[in-house]
Amino acid sequence: MNKTLIIIKREYLTRIRNKAFIFSTLFTPLFFFGIIAVSTYMSMKSSEELNIAVYDESGLFAGQLENSKKIHYHFVPKAVYDVVILPGEEENTEFDGGLFIPQIDVDKPAGITYSSRKQMGVISQERVNDDMNAVLERNRMIRADIDTAKLAAVKANPISLVQKSISEDGSDKEANAGVSLIAGYGAGFLIYFIILIYGSMVMRGVMEEKTNRIAEVIVSSVRPVQLMMGKIIGIGAVGLTQFLIWLVLLLVGYSALMSFVSPDAIQQMAEVQQAGPGMEAAKQVQLATAQLNIPLLFGAFLFYFLGGYLFYASLFAAVGSAVNDDPQDAQTMMMPVTMPIILSIVILTSAINNPTGPLAFWCSIIPFTSPVIMMARLPFGVPGTVPWWELGLSVVVLTGSFLFTTWLSARIYRTGILLYGKKVTWKEMFKWAFSKQ
Amino acid sequence: MALLELEHIKKYYTSQKAVDDVSFSIEPGSIFGLLGPNGAGKTTLLRMITGILFPDEGNILLNGKPFDARIDMLHIGYMPEERGLYKKMKVGEHARYLGRLKGLSADVTDERIKFWFNKFEMQSWWNKKVSDLSKGMSQKLQFVTTILHNPQLVILDEPFSGLDPVNANLIKDEIFALAQQGHTIIFSTHRMEQVEEICDHIILMNKGQKILDGSVPSVRQQFKEDLFHIELNDVPAFVAGQDIFEVIRKEGAQLTVKVRAGYLSNDILSYFITQGRVILSFREILPTLNEIFIRLVTDTPAARQFETSDII
Repeated sequence: MNKTLIIIKREYLTRIRNKAFIFSTLFTPLFFFGIIAVSTYMSMKSSEELNIAVYDESGLFAGQLENSKKIHYHFVPKAVYDVVILPGEEENTEFDGGLFIPQIDVDKPAGITYSSRKQMGVISQERVNDDMNAVLERNRMIRADIDTAKLAAVKANPISLVQKSISEDGSDKEANAGVSLIAGYGAGFLIYFIILIYGSMVMRGVMEEKTNRIAEVIVSSVRPVQLMMGKIIGIGAVGLTQFLIWLVLLLVGYSALMSFVSPDAIQQMAEVQQAGPGMEAAKQVQLATAQLNIPLLFGAFLFYFLGGYLFYASLFAAVGSAVNDDPQDAQTMMMPVTMPIILSIVILTSAINNPTGPLAFWCSIIPFTSPVIMMARLPFGVPGTVPWWELGLSVVVLTGSFLFTTWLSARIYRTGILLYGKKVTWKEMFKWAFSKQ
Repeated sequence: MALLELEHIKKYYTSQKAVDDVSFSIEPGSIFGLLGPNGAGKTTLLRMITGILFPDEGNILLNGKPFDARIDMLHIGYMPEERGLYKKMKVGEHARYLGRLKGLSADVTDERIKFWFNKFEMQSWWNKKVSDLSKGMSQKLQFVTTILHNPQLVILDEPFSGLDPVNANLIKDEIFALAQQGHTIIFSTHRMEQVEEICDHIILMNKGQKILDGSVPSVRQQFKEDLFHIELNDVPAFVAGQDIFEVIRKEGAQLTVKVRAGYLSNDILSYFITQGRVILSFREILPTLNEIFIRLVTDTPAARQFETSDII
């Protein structure tokens, strides 16, 4: 058996059998779903219920402020208001706070205050503002002699834009920028996590071999480059395995969702009057699968996953080989490698907001950022947003680049792993890489 | 024909000459000692012999043919001074992994591991984790994995460090046995008493250069100082004959003398005999390797200042 294969097998099996791997593979998706579910629930439920004592000196608002589900306005005389805002009286009042409206000028309202022991949240504050502004607006319109009913009629039935993307085969699909956006963010972040997690796993593996002093034993049996490639490929295979497991889980979840919204189920839900979230999600997913070019995205994801991983993993391996026992050293040496990855995430947002802009274009060609940025742009459509030649160029550049970094790192690696006890500088690593052997 | 020949091997780093024009040859089945202080260039030399590094200049011949790392790596077993194991692996799996990397098939590897584990009473270790082994136990495992593929040339760098006397003897006996079976052994150390005991032939390196080369007895002969030890039956009050020898030390009836140039050991004996003394014992004092080593090495301000910066 080929020796690199033996190394790959060891690197792969020792990690796959590890309990931490099994745990993280099964629980990461649950964790993410959990976060999404919890944050959705929280945002739906979050705002507090407030009872506000309103003391209105101006008399403009009396009977005009409309109670909503969460906020109740109670107009009170001054005596009650004073008790509400008196320190130490919170036990004796049913109000959460007092709203004081002085005599105001309708054109320049000032001096309106809300006093409470517990500050109200941002959303509630917005709501109170809106409620009061509505009253104010009504007053101003009356003064300006504007018929509010007419204005409402003018503003009624606004336009809701429907985007259609033009595809090669002439069939036009309803495009939803939201779906592309979510897919773009998802793909970009996934690539980012994979590169960072598995790249630093390679680095730790190399450091382990060096600090354990096993490296010299191994390189008396195999070439250093075989050891390095074995490690990189083995760990990459671990990542791929994890990704495939997640894919299977996703498909299972998808088909479960689809069966959940089978005609029968819809019927049932309609009866129970609880169709809401499940139906909506199913509709979104169906819309997304119809809009996105799933096979292309999947293929591109695999390529950028492997290409980006190989590009960075070999750099991580080189850094790992140069580091000595000091973990702080490792942190410092890692910085220049991790910076571009983190930079990708910084650029990600603007690339998604403007997927055809020059920043998005260049960053999806430059190999340091292309795995994340190109993956984020692709859901917006090929060849619509991303022309074929751009994708091709990006693929070629990334392929060439990972071949180059692998070659470069192998040269640093074979020197670094045999060097004990000395702090290595970037200058020295550069010399190892480029001096002739 | 020599098993291994080194011809004018040079390896320069930018800051120093790690190995500077070293040549020697090793006979098959011999135990060869590579000696030198820290930083003499031993490790660099061994790394070139094992194919980990390439010499800048010079030739290495194995079995009379130019050394080809790809193939010849399989005929060499190297136990480096800086050696370790994967802590999380199981002992058996670890041995199997290293055996497979030396090109052994799965069956043969297992068979050999079983043989050696039996011999060293390590059978019960198979499912233990490497991290649970003591230092001495890991040393034994490392030794076994070094010779698992039955290498022609076994290179051991400080093989006894960290071993208790019982296990050190076990390994030592195994080294002798391997040599008996025709394996050639390069043994690198700075523990001179072990060298005297084990090695047939030594070279001494200092600052990248070979400064001594020969069999252990011949080297000791080469550095002898014509000292003799004499034990007499009674204490001479005064020893004359200072033209024949010089008394270096006198402890009761025991004398250490140095014979002067132009005289032989027999002249010392005949002096005492004509004096009417009874000689109980008489022997030549040869310097130990340790003394030779220290004399040769301390003359020169020793060794490299720090680890090399440019190993390529």
